[in-house]
Amino acid sequence: MIYLDHNATTPVHPEVVEALLPFLQGKFGNPSSIHWAGRAVKGAVEEAREQVATLAGCEPGEVVFTSSGTEADNMAIKGVAAALGGRGNHIVTTQAEHPGVANPCLYLESLGFEVTRVPVDRDGILDLERLEAAITDRTILISAMAANNETGVLFPVRKIGEIAARRRVYFHCDGVQAAGRVPLSARDDGISFLALSGHKLYAPKGIGALVVRRGVKCHPLIHGGSQERNRRGGTENVAGIVAFGKACAIARETMNDEMGRLRGLRDRLEEGILSRVSGARVNGHREQRLPTTTNITIPGVEADSLLMALDLEGIAASSGSACSSGTLKLSPVLAAMGRTPEEAKGSVRFSLGKGNTDEEIDRVLAVLPAIVARLRGKS
Amino acid sequence: MTEKTKKRIVVAMSGGVDSSVTAALLKEEGHEVIGISMQVWDYSKFTAPEGEKFDTCCSLDDIHDARRVAEQIEIPFYVVNFEEEFQRLVIDDFVDEYFRGRTPNPCVRCNQRVKFQLLLQKARELGADLLATGHYARIERGDDGLFHLLRGDDPGKDQSYFLFTLTQEQLARVIFPLGGMTKPEVRQLAARFGLRVAEKGESQEICFVPDNDYVRFLEDERGKNQLAGEIVDRAGTVLGRHEGTYRYTVGQRRGLGIAHPHPLYVVGVDAERHQVIVGPKEELLAPGLVATDVTWVIAPATETLEAACKIRYRHHPVPCTVTVLAGNQVQVRFREPEKSVTPGQAVVFYRGDEVLGGGWIDAAVTEG
Repeated sequence: MIYLDHNATTPVHPEVVEALLPFLQGKFGNPSSIHWAGRAVKGAVEEAREQVATLAGCEPGEVVFTSSGTEADNMAIKGVAAALGGRGNHIVTTQAEHPGVANPCLYLESLGFEVTRVPVDRDGILDLERLEAAITDRTILISAMAANNETGVLFPVRKIGEIAARRRVYFHCDGVQAAGRVPLSARDDGISFLALSGHKLYAPKGIGALVVRRGVKCHPLIHGGSQERNRRGGTENVAGIVAFGKACAIARETMNDEMGRLRGLRDRLEEGILSRVSGARVNGHREQRLPTTTNITIPGVEADSLLMALDLEGIAASSGSACSSGTLKLSPVLAAMGRTPEEAKGSVRFSLGKGNTDEEIDRVLAVLPAIVARLRGKS
Repeated sequence: MTEKTKKRIVVAMSGGVDSSVTAALLKEEGHEVIGISMQVWDYSKFTAPEGEKFDTCCSLDDIHDARRVAEQIEIPFYVVNFEEEFQRLVIDDFVDEYFRGRTPNPCVRCNQRVKFQLLLQKARELGADLLATGHYARIERGDDGLFHLLRGDDPGKDQSYFLFTLTQEQLARVIFPLGGMTKPEVRQLAARFGLRVAEKGESQEICFVPDNDYVRFLEDERGKNQLAGEIVDRAGTVLGRHEGTYRYTVGQRRGLGIAHPHPLYVVGVDAERHQVIVGPKEELLAPGLVATDVTWVIAPATETLEAACKIRYRHHPVPCTVTVLAGNQVQVRFREPEKSVTPGQAVVFYRGDEVLGGGWIDAAVTEG
C-alpha cells in the first residue's frame, strides 16, 4: 500500500502514540481540577502548549486548543467579526482558500459583511498589490492561507503580515498545510491569528489550535467554562493535546532533513509523470510551493477514474480537497488559477510524507502510464 | 478458482438487497469484486431545510448502505457522480415526455443511457472484465454465437422489460447473477451472508421522486399551471377542466372530478391543445400501435414476425404481429384489441422467455 495523500491526513507517528497512550489508560483527570488526578494531566497540557508555541513562533499563552483547523479558522474569522463588527464590516481574503476559511466568509456575507476575494494568477501566486488595494477603512481582517491544500503553492505570509501591520488590520493565516513543512512564525511573520491542525502533522484527528496573539481582540466561538483562558469552553481533549504537542516537537526537529528528502522524491515523481504521460502539466508555481505536494493535470482523463484505478493498485492519491471528492463540484482553487472545467476534472494531487520511499515512487511511475493509456482508451 | 477464471467484476450497488447479494455471491465465487454506487441526484434538495442549504458529499442513505455492505464483504467501493448526465439524459427526458402528453419510463432510459453506458464505460476504465447488476434477467450465449436476453426465473420479479435496449456488445460485458433465482431465494442468501440490508424493503418506483409524487416533481422543475385546460370526450364535448395534462395518463380512472352516468377513463392526452380526452372503457381498446426508436437484441430475419409483446412493465405479454418499417419503426397488431396503449411507454417483444427487442410507443392504431 502506497500512501500519497498526506495533505488529506497523515498517519499518527509512533512516538506520538506512545506519548498519548498514558492519557487514555490511566491519566484521566480534568486539568481544571485541583486534586492529584487533575494535576497529573495539567502539566502535560501546558508542556504541549509550549511545544505547539515553539513550532508556531508564539508564546504558550497565545495557543488556544480547538477540535480542528476548521474550528480554528471559524473562531478567528467569526470571532473578529463579533468583536470588531461595530468598527468595520469588511474582510479581505483570497480566491484560493480552503472551505474552512471560504465558508465562514460566505456566512458572514449572508449576515451583511462585505468580503473581497483577491485573485491569484495562473501559477496560483497571490497578487499582493490588489490585496493591499482592497483594504479600506472598514476592513477588519485579512485572511490568507500559508500553503494551498490542493497545489501546495505558498503565499508570501511575511509580506502580507507587513501590509496588515502597516494598514493596522488583523491578519488571520490558515497555516494548516504549512505548519511542520515550511518555517512559519506568528511573531516574525506578523500574524494575528494562526490556525493549525494536528492530523496534518502526524497527530490524531480531532485536535487543532488557533494562535491568538496577545492583545488581539476576538470573541470565543464556543462559550462555556473558563478553559483556554476563557477563549474556548469545554473540557480539554487532553490526549489529543499531548499528542499534538509531541507531533509539533518532532516536526520542528526533523523538518529540515525530512523536507529535503521529500522534495527529492516529489521532484522525481513529478518529472517522471511529466516525461511518461503526454500532455501532463503541473498546476502551481514550481518553486513557491510545499516540497511535499504536486498537482498535475492529465488531459483526456477523469481524475475520479484515475484515482479509483490507482486505488485498485494500492496507491492512495486525491483530486484536491478531500471534502470535495465524490461530489461534482470542480476545484475552486484550480478555477481561480484559470483552469477550464475540463482541465480541473483531469487534475490529481500527490502529497508526500514521512513513510514514502524511492521504491514507492518507482512503483507509481511504473503503473501510472498504463492506467492513463487505458483511461484514454488506447489500450 | 484459477487465475484464468477469476475475473475483475464491477457490481452496480444501489444499497438494496438484490445488488448487495450480487456482490456477495461474486465475492464468494472468488472474483475480484469492485462495488460502485452511482450518485445521480442531489438528494440534499429534499433533505435541506429552507434557508440554509447544506451541500453534502453523500447524503443518501442508500449509498451509505451500499458502502457498509461493501465494507462487510471486504471489497473496494466507490461512488461515481453522474448527476449532470442523469439530469440531461434521464430527468430532462422524463419531464419533456410528460409535457408532450406522454407517460415516460425513466428506468429504461437510465439503463440505456447511464447504467449500461456510462457505468459500463467506468468499469472498462477500471480494467474490469464484466459489469454485474442485481437485475432479474438472464443472459445466455447461444450456439449461434449470439447473446440472448431472457426473462428472469422469478415471474413476479422478471425485469427483462427494462433491459430491451441492450446490444450484443453490452450483453457480452454484463452479467445478471440473480437471473436464475427467486426473490425469496435472494432474501435467504442475504440472510446467510448476514448482510445488513437483508430485511430492507423494495425500492420505490422512481428513484428521483422520493415521495412518488411525480406531479409535484414536474411542477418543481417547470412551474405550476402549465398545460391546464379542458376535459373532453372523443366528440369534443367539454365535460370539465383540469390543472395540467401531465397529471393524466391513459387508462386512468380516478381524479377526473366529473359526474357521469357511466365510468370514464382517460383515453388520450393532447398536450398541444391542453386537452385530456375521456371515454368509456371500450374506447381504451386499440387493435395495435406504432413504436419508434426500435432496437433489437437479436435482429429479425424477416420483415414480419409473430411475437408476444408487453406494453408496460406490469403487463402480461399478448400475442401480436410485428411489421418492421423504415427508420427504426415498427407497427404492432395485437391478436385481440388491447387496453390502454400509452404513448411514451416501452413496448418489448418476446418469443417465449426471450427478449427480441423493443421500442417506444408513439401512438395507438385507432381503426381496425
